[in-house]
Amino acid sequence: MADGNIILDAKNVTIRFGGLTAVSSFDLTIRDGELVGLIGPNGAGKTTIFNMLTGVYKPTEGEIRVGDHTTVKMKPYQITARGVARTFQNIRLFKELSVLDNVKIGGHIHYTYSGTSAVLHTNRFFAAEQVGEDEALKLLAIFGLEDRAQYLAKNLPYGDQRRLEIARALAARPRLLLLDEPAAGLNTGETLALMDKIHEIRDRFKVAVLLIEHNMELVMGICERIIVLNFGKTIAQGTPEQIRADPMVIEAYLGEPAEAAEA
Amino acid sequence: MRYYHRILVMMGINIMLAVSLNIINGHAGQFSLGHAGFMAVGAYFAAYLTVYYFGPYVDKFPDGSTQHWILQNAMLVLGVLLGGLAAAIAGYVVGLPSLRLRGDYLAIVTLGFGEIIRVLILNIDKIGAARGFSGIPAWSNFFWVFFFAGITILISNRLINSSVGRAFLAVREDQIAAEAMGVDTTRYKVKAFIIGSCLAGIAGGLFAHYTPAYLNPTMFTFIRSFEVVAMVVLGGLGSISGSIVAAVILTFLPEGLRSVKEFIPGGRDPRMVIYSLMLIILMLTRPQGLFGRRELWDFLPKRRDKVPKEARDDG
Repeated sequence: MADGNIILDAKNVTIRFGGLTAVSSFDLTIRDGELVGLIGPNGAGKTTIFNMLTGVYKPTEGEIRVGDHTTVKMKPYQITARGVARTFQNIRLFKELSVLDNVKIGGHIHYTYSGTSAVLHTNRFFAAEQVGEDEALKLLAIFGLEDRAQYLAKNLPYGDQRRLEIARALAARPRLLLLDEPAAGLNTGETLALMDKIHEIRDRFKVAVLLIEHNMELVMGICERIIVLNFGKTIAQGTPEQIRADPMVIEAYLGEPAEAAEA
Repeated sequence: MRYYHRILVMMGINIMLAVSLNIINGHAGQFSLGHAGFMAVGAYFAAYLTVYYFGPYVDKFPDGSTQHWILQNAMLVLGVLLGGLAAAIAGYVVGLPSLRLRGDYLAIVTLGFGEIIRVLILNIDKIGAARGFSGIPAWSNFFWVFFFAGITILISNRLINSSVGRAFLAVREDQIAAEAMGVDTTRYKVKAFIIGSCLAGIAGGLFAHYTPAYLNPTMFTFIRSFEVVAMVVLGGLGSISGSIVAAVILTFLPEGLRSVKEFIPGGRDPRMVIYSLMLIILMLTRPQGLFGRRELWDFLPKRRDKVPKEARDDG
């Protein structure tokens, strides 16, 4: 897996908010179909990195490339069109719209007809709508939401809302999927099911996944490579086994050893 | 008879205004208070064209001849559409600040825009200034008003069931998520303003050419904008059929209440009091509007038989 094409290449990415350096000299390379985890204590800068990768924040320094394009100056929607889709830590569904419409909006960039052809009901419009609807229903079926396609998104139970967000992101047919704490608020059973699901969609859609997660079971269970962040700096990088044994990581999560603290 | 005719035509024009404002306010969620301004741009531009260019041309043919009749209607449609185009350009200009402003702030900017338009008209002598613009040919009629009202509803309905309409809704629901889904929020906000103001301009053009075919800047104060906003909110923000029903009710109500004063001793006319009270009571009991975000046909019982026609065994 590790020798596929490079999809995402971030080099020396730094962002400062006033005097605070939230992320400094962050490097990340993701290849086709990789499953990478990004972990770290609260406030380590994980979501800030997501926001920079998707164009919500502009890095103060550094370079981010998606495929052949530099994305630092791009707007979020342009980066999505280059094949990077994301979910949000605090669920951001279109609450008042139906589950199906949520997924259809996720696939927005693939509806290529113009407003005029929508008003005139051209064949092109019908064809694109048909394809879009089939795709959306297929995605909903993967997440077991096809029966609830007509529900308003706000009326779904919490776990389903999390799943719907992933389905919506996948509708953009991304090459890289960014999941921001997909298991937050899920119970153990749901988390295990989600792990299988993430594996399944990786294999099925040939999509690379970068995920932020606090649930160590999930991260260690599915990620092939893990990056550990603390105070905006990368403190360790490697396979789950390497990370588990890394003294820096243990220190970041559990505090310094007793004798060091006394000294 | 003419009185009822006029109420019906005003209903058609208000339906156009409410449905077009619903695209901006209800679907794209950009709170605009400048709809009377867009209407004024369309009305005055269309009237200017017919008074100074199209009218003299049509008058070359004898009144009552077939050519006169055909040209008159063709020129009306052309003038009205060009008025819509002028309003669309105005909508584009107003749409630009909406990229930076949200909610209340945008409402203030659009309110200011409507007033700027009105004051501009007040100072252009060629279109009558404060005297009002008279001498406009009264070409507009029942047919054209409801023809264009139908087109407005059709456009609005087809847009909302397409990816363009879904992008509007996404912008309304959550801009950050919409951007992350690949929706160019800037473009769609401006698009909503252009479409909505163009349709309002067409409504203005038709209004200008309807008897008594007279325009005055006082017809386009912000109170007119508020009336349209009241229709959209009363019908339910985002509901096309709600806007239509509310436009019909709010056009008819002040007229229908005229007869109430016959039952009140002392010759006082309480109709605006009753009208306001009814609005207050409606908004208190149904704050989401008559239909909420749903459409009239969502309330109809669904057809149970999903069997295709040709497979049905009922002869």
